[in-house]
Amino acid sequence: MADERPDSELPKRSAEDRRAFKRELTEVIPHLRAFARGLCGRPDMADDLVQEALLKAWAAQDRFEPGTSMRAWTFVILRNAYLTDMRRNRFRGEYDESVAERILTAPAGQEEPIHLSDMHRALLTLPPERREALLLVGAGGFSYEEAASICGCAVGTIKSRVGRARAALAAMIEDGNIPDRSLDDPSAHRAILEELEDVAAGNGQAVATR
Amino acid sequence: MPPQGGRSAHGEADWTKGLKKLYDSVVDEPLPDAFRDLLSKLDSED
Repeated sequence: MADERPDSELPKRSAEDRRAFKRELTEVIPHLRAFARGLCGRPDMADDLVQEALLKAWAAQDRFEPGTSMRAWTFVILRNAYLTDMRRNRFRGEYDESVAERILTAPAGQEEPIHLSDMHRALLTLPPERREALLLVGAGGFSYEEAASICGCAVGTIKSRVGRARAALAAMIEDGNIPDRSLDDPSAHRAILEELEDVAAGNGQAVATR
Repeated sequence: MPPQGGRSAHGEADWTKGLKKLYDSVVDEPLPDAFRDLLSKLDSED
């Protein structure tokens, strides 16, 4: 997906290549927004993340191999930007209230049908690695192999994460146990702590355009 | 992976559909102006 060669050895792109790159990059923006929204919850934060990923993708465009999946390539960049931002928040010690609020305060979107916001809140309580696996395969339509490549892990790992995430969501709807927006919800608190621990440990950073 | 803990396949399908709908609802949103501004800035750097 990403070209690992040093910059000096990358092929020179023609003006036409660059135009094609820009066109493809523009086309994937809605998908990047949807992935980012699922990852981090808050629409404004998600869009900031997408803008950051777009700038990184533009700067790294010589590493994109024409003919391969722009969506998969940019998802790796977005995912790495997300993990980096989360870690920075942690190191600044600002993660507690603000990140908890971001993760749990579901997308406001009053116009959104209620079941979609329920869906989003439930999704945001999943551990991050299961949430992203489910987003990639269940929502984004990536194959298990593509999702494994994006996350930098084994195909079997992705299959297991998707299966567990689906089971957890199915259980939530069947039991009517959809987390509410309150931070007083103990299961929501647990999810936040797990998320922060996981992020702090730096797990699962995929190889791409670091 | 089959549903766990006796969960019905029906409940699982609902969530899968809901997830896709959630994703598609964002994909279908009009692109905010901030992105058009960003894209035109990229142009000017060429």
